[in-house]
Amino acid sequence: MSEALSMGGYGPYVWSCIGLTLIVLAVCAISARRRQHRIFNDIRTQLKAMEQSR
Amino acid sequence: MWTFFHKLASPPHFYRIAPAFIRVFAVTGLVLIGWGSWGGLFEAPIDYQQKDAFRIIYVHVPTAYLSMMAYSIMAVSATIGLIWRMKLAHAVAAGAAPLGAWFTFLALATGSIWGRPMWGTWWEWGDPRLTSQLLMLFLYFGYMALRSAIDDPLKADKASAVLALVGAVNIPIIHYSVYWWTSLHQGQTVMEGKMPPEMLNPLLINILGFTLVFGALLLYRVRSEVLYRERRSRWVRELVLGGEMR
Repeated sequence: MSEALSMGGYGPYVWSCIGLTLIVLAVCAISARRRQHRIFNDIRTQLKAMEQSR
Repeated sequence: MWTFFHKLASPPHFYRIAPAFIRVFAVTGLVLIGWGSWGGLFEAPIDYQQKDAFRIIYVHVPTAYLSMMAYSIMAVSATIGLIWRMKLAHAVAAGAAPLGAWFTFLALATGSIWGRPMWGTWWEWGDPRLTSQLLMLFLYFGYMALRSAIDDPLKADKASAVLALVGAVNIPIIHYSVYWWTSLHQGQTVMEGKMPPEMLNPLLINILGFTLVFGALLLYRVRSEVLYRERRSRWVRELVLGGEMR
């Protein structure tokens, strides 16, 4: 098992690439989600404010 | 067929049907990435020249191809938006930019990490493939900076579309750079059909998997973009005040 993970000495290079890719995919997903929530909540706040001022 | 596209391009319809596609794409894509990466990292035979370091291609090739694909999607949709004034097209272009930038970063970073043991250097200034790929990262940054600098969305759409279009000349340059000039970067082994199937199949599975995940992320961003652009419309008003979450 540890032999498979060490990748003949190239382990740090290979695994840092895999790790980095997974982190960036997660960042993409989280930032997309946060953006959606922010836009939705901003619109709701604005619409509610408009209704009250009417 | 045309009514299907026409309906798809209608913002409220797109907003409602997108989540189903996002879910299917994300789940299928992640399963494929798991499967392909397992095959590539543990089952594919060792490369006789590059040893185990070659396994970086299982993330490098999909992200590099998608970084260029994202730019192409951005440039083509921006052009469609310019010519036919289609609302959804500009939203697609705006949604593709940050993803393209992230995938370009991944392609550069994984390539650089591979280059350290293989070429003996993290980075080679003046190498045509590396330089044109870095230029694409700056094109994405420029596109996003330009968009955020212009308040009027219609003007931002137009100006950024022109930038996306002009920058598109860089795409064939990246693609053919390894053939036009001498580059440290190797040729396109996948296209040349030089890989044995046990090495190639996991890569093809990962390419498909990353493409699906990218598709899910793109749809998600475009959906937010549509919501923002339509914030003064009746359907958004009903949706948001109707208590529907997200």
